[in-house]
Amino acid sequence: MSEIERYIAPNQLDDALEALAGGPVTIVAGATDLTPQITGGKRVYKATLMNIQHIEGLNAVTKKDGKIRIGSLVTVSEIRGNPMLKKHGGILCQAANHFASEQIRNAATIGGNICNASPAGDMIIPFLVLGAAVELARWQDDRIETRSVPLDEFFTGPGRSVARDDELLTAVIFDVPPENSIGFFRKSGPRPALEISTVSIGIGGDFSDGTLKNVRVAFGAVGPTALRGKLTEAALEGKTLNQDVIQAAALAARQDVSPIDDIRATKWYRTHLIGVFTEELLNNVCQN
Amino acid sequence: MSVKIKLDFTLNSRPVNIEVPAEMTVLNLLRDGLDLKGTKYACGEGECGACTIEVDGRTINSCLMMAVDLQGREVMTIEGMQEGHALHPMQQAFVDHGAVQCGFCMPGMIIQANYLVKQNPELTREEMKRGLEGNICRCTGYTKVLDAVAAVVGLNERRN
Ligand SMILES: Cc1cc2nc3c(=O)[nH]c(=O)nc-3n(C[C@H](O)[C@H](O)[C@H](O)COP(=O)(O)OP(=O)(O)OC[C@H]3O[C@@H](n4cnc5c(N)ncnc54)[C@H](O)[C@@H]3O)c2cc1C
Ligand code: FES
Ligand code: FES
Repeated sequence: MSEIERYIAPNQLDDALEALAGGPVTIVAGATDLTPQITGGKRVYKATLMNIQHIEGLNAVTKKDGKIRIGSLVTVSEIRGNPMLKKHGGILCQAANHFASEQIRNAATIGGNICNASPAGDMIIPFLVLGAAVELARWQDDRIETRSVPLDEFFTGPGRSVARDDELLTAVIFDVPPENSIGFFRKSGPRPALEISTVSIGIGGDFSDGTLKNVRVAFGAVGPTALRGKLTEAALEGKTLNQDVIQAAALAARQDVSPIDDIRATKWYRTHLIGVFTEELLNNVCQN
Repeated sequence: MSVKIKLDFTLNSRPVNIEVPAEMTVLNLLRDGLDLKGTKYACGEGECGACTIEVDGRTINSCLMMAVDLQGREVMTIEGMQEGHALHPMQQAFVDHGAVQCGFCMPGMIIQANYLVKQNPELTREEMKRGLEGNICRCTGYTKVLDAVAAVVGLNERRN
């Protein structure tokens, strides 16, 4: 643990971004990832510690002009209980419902979950399935400059992303899914609560007359980052779901992933689970 | 030593003004800085719930929260639940149902149970189980804990 020379808790985004531009800053939101990383010696504080929890305008969930925007400070508890999201992004609520414990959900922000860039980050999966993009803001030429990065291009490795050191993640944005859209999330670990996913999976798309279109599939904890299952998507796109299609998709899913052996599970078991879960979720879609 | 930060917040309905090192956790501030030992340190990493407190009406693990983030907030710990010399109804229910054994998990368990009932006074037994998932008890087996919470919400003591 190195020394913190300065602590700031700005109310305005401008001030936060100016501080970031001024160099080395540790950002903290709910601290549920940061604190264990610091106490476990995996990370040291930079000279400035910036608490972003007081920045105005980052804690709303809004639906406007066909887009849903979730501010980076929105907590997992808020997502779990949000009626608009239950209707228009139910897969987010499913993932939130399987996240940690009530106390952690009350503190954990979605910005923190995404920026921590864990391959097992649970909220990343539903956002990938919803085709979300993240909004990154920085201070440039005396004003706020923002850019949008599709979430499936955001992660570059465990704990790493394309976000620059002077950028703050301000929101996650996705198109309001059409009326006939479906989405399912499943995660596995030895117990239901407080579990880091052994594997996680999300499947979504538009579903009419037994046929899936605009399919998106995402897998967690089966590679260096959470990832889209492109082969699985191709095996499902435009297909009428039947047992043959489901079996083909489950096979494709096993080819999509490249898990590792670690203390939580072996490569073989993770690959096996991905196939089983793909089948299970697609059967859920059929029964929907 | 890191820079020290001045904090003003409300703790169990009383104002607190104190200086804390920037990297201190809320749990360390409560136990060592303010000598309130009711809130327990067990895992120190968010897994067990022994350190649960209420901040601005929501429960969190105080071992993870940074003390500097308390600025302007309202905190309730187990020491703030009692009303005068009378136990809070949730505390009393735990006593009446024999829900306490060694007691180490109980400050966190009772804060969390009380929060759940405030959130939803018609809590079902299933919802209690979900809501208490983050509170680990090595002694009781949870059944009597659920009975105590059920009594507070007026449920019959069903076992399911
Ligand atoms: C016991 C326990 C159980 C857990 N269970 C789960 C689980 O089931 N599923 C799961 O996915 N995670 C789980 N986690 C991990 C953690 O709770 C989540 O990743 C959480 O969403 C992190 O959010 P936070 O606000 O606490 O982030 P913080 O710890 O405050 O920050 C995390 C990282 O992101 C950076 N950061 C935060 N916000 C921003 C921003 N807006 N812009 C740029 N950088 C930012 C910080 O600098 C830091 O590096 C668990 C953690 C614990 C301790
Ligand atoms: S001591 Fe905080 S959760 Fe265990
Ligand atoms: S009563 Fe002993 S840990 Fe719960």
